[in-house]
Amino acid sequence: MELAKQRPGDRAFSGSAVFAGSMILVTLAAVALFLIIQSIPALVASHEDASILDTNFWEYVGPLVFGTVWAAALALLFAVPISIGIALFISHYAPRRLASVLGYIVDLLAAVPSVVFGLWGIGVLAPAVQPIYSWMVDNLGWFPLFAGPVSGTGRTILTAGLVLAVMVLPIMTAICREVFLQTPVLHEEAALALGATRWEMIRTAVLPFGRSGIISASVLGLGRALGETMAVAMVLSATGVITFQLLTSVNPTTIAANIALSFPEAYGMNVNVLIATGLILFIVTFIVNAIARWIVSRRKEFSGAN
Amino acid sequence: MTMTMKPEPATGTPIANSLTAGRLPTPVPWIILGTAIAVSFAVFGVMALAAGTGLNWGGALLVGAILYIPSIWLFSMLVEGRRRAMDRLVTALVTGAFVIAMIPLVSLTITVVTFGLNRFDLDFFSMSMRNVTGEGGGALHAIVGTLLMTGTAALISIPIGLMTSIYLVEYGRGKIAKAITFFVDVMTGIPSIVAGLFIYAVFALIFKPGISMGIMGALALAVLMTPVVVRGSEELLKIVPNELREASYALGVPKWLTILKVVLPTSIAGITTSVMLAISRVIGETAPLLLTAGFTQSLNTNIFNGQMMTLPVFAYNQYMNQGTNPDASLARAWAAALTLILIVMVLNLLARLVAKLFAPKTSGR
Repeated sequence: MELAKQRPGDRAFSGSAVFAGSMILVTLAAVALFLIIQSIPALVASHEDASILDTNFWEYVGPLVFGTVWAAALALLFAVPISIGIALFISHYAPRRLASVLGYIVDLLAAVPSVVFGLWGIGVLAPAVQPIYSWMVDNLGWFPLFAGPVSGTGRTILTAGLVLAVMVLPIMTAICREVFLQTPVLHEEAALALGATRWEMIRTAVLPFGRSGIISASVLGLGRALGETMAVAMVLSATGVITFQLLTSVNPTTIAANIALSFPEAYGMNVNVLIATGLILFIVTFIVNAIARWIVSRRKEFSGAN
Repeated sequence: MTMTMKPEPATGTPIANSLTAGRLPTPVPWIILGTAIAVSFAVFGVMALAAGTGLNWGGALLVGAILYIPSIWLFSMLVEGRRRAMDRLVTALVTGAFVIAMIPLVSLTITVVTFGLNRFDLDFFSMSMRNVTGEGGGALHAIVGTLLMTGTAALISIPIGLMTSIYLVEYGRGKIAKAITFFVDVMTGIPSIVAGLFIYAVFALIFKPGISMGIMGALALAVLMTPVVVRGSEELLKIVPNELREASYALGVPKWLTILKVVLPTSIAGITTSVMLAISRVIGETAPLLLTAGFTQSLNTNIFNGQMMTLPVFAYNQYMNQGTNPDASLARAWAAALTLILIVMVLNLLARLVAKLFAPKTSGR
């Protein structure tokens, strides 16, 4: 059989499609390349080269990495159970007709710009939780995480974690909901027919089926929380130390927030130092996102349950 | 032989319905919820009277709701047994999770609207911040900057994103297509500030360090927006029925014309929706613009020269540098936040409307 003749229009169109597709790969490679180029001088810099370094780059970035991971971990601690709860509520508890509307309302949270979350965090959330923090320090201060003295403004790492949790909720809920809805109806009906209550049906049919979805949602939420900038930069009153204490006015800061706050005033080698911290953030979030997507894609191929 | 058994006349207590026996009657959970909230309000009221302060409505409601969870478990445990008690407990917790998620949304909406309306006036939309130190001034420069930069970003990323999704759906086979799909997914999760750093790194290397102008911000936004456009339109191109393509090929229409005249028109409503959602996602980005487009107090309409303000950066800047009159500055920040949220909401609603009104008819086949 003779292949159809390629028309010039076909060739131009497919050519531009291939070009556009490869632009994505080129952009991603360029992000890595240019960040590396600009970072190399910073990796070996000392205090004489860059004024924001105390000794060398690695000592500067250490507390930032700690703060980034710590804030993201706190956010996930709140966001994982709540997003599973919301997803279950929408997929299995809410009335059918309401479910899509409720899902849309949760999605609205994702549409709120991060700078608005920042303003809300300082203006409303921090003052609202401050009395609770001060009660916790007075009554639970023996627990190392809640040790005093309490922050007077409420702008602590715990507040930042709460704001981050609200911000990652929509994407985590969306993925969990999607997976829970895919549970084979036969499995659910079989469980109910055996006399299971709704919770027992969820525990035996829905949750095992959705486990990988929950994991990838958590990892994806982790990636978002690691890279979120403005809300943390505005809400957290940071001093850049390594501490696990949640309620004091001495807080670690995150890589992204530190870049946003320091970049406008940075000059010379300091800029390279900040770009190098950004490179570390890029690598970490890239790996985290790749893992999440890998879990999702693996699941797609092997979930031949239906 | 027929035997008719007469039902025995009911004597004594009626036979219990085995389907509803041993279960709490339907209104009981609501009664328990009401009682829990009433108790909580009573306690809070006494405390408020003793301390001489106002009643903390939010706190009382919250404590009442929390009180409900163990109470329903206890009542159900006594009447219905362990398994049903567990079921009721989980139902309460799951519903509670949803309510908890609504608290920030409601609180945020109320705050932004009440604080934002203070300066939501004509001046805000017709003046820039040039030579304004105390009260007055507006966000005209920021609104213009946002429109210019987001528009440019859309001009760059819509063609690239659309062509990429066409490649993935219509042409892409094998490893490259798989790699592109994977990396597009990963790219949607890249922190926005990294996109800003990337554009800055490129321009600082080519031009000079410390450079910032509107086009850099637009490019950073385009980096963030392209993967979102690809993901959205890819899904929609995929659901165009193959029969349409085959019918077109059978008539001798070349592939590129099939895509242009059959596939795209079929999915154009959905693609418009996904593009609008992508725009609404990047229009609120702050961090990358902080690094690339910088700040300015005056109107700048040339994206190739000089710093440019945007609404999110304006809100951030008004909050961080409150200057001589903090109240006026804060009011401007909240007004900018309200404007931003309104833009995003309108885009979202329009997007859903477009999807609903112009969706291809599914019936008739």
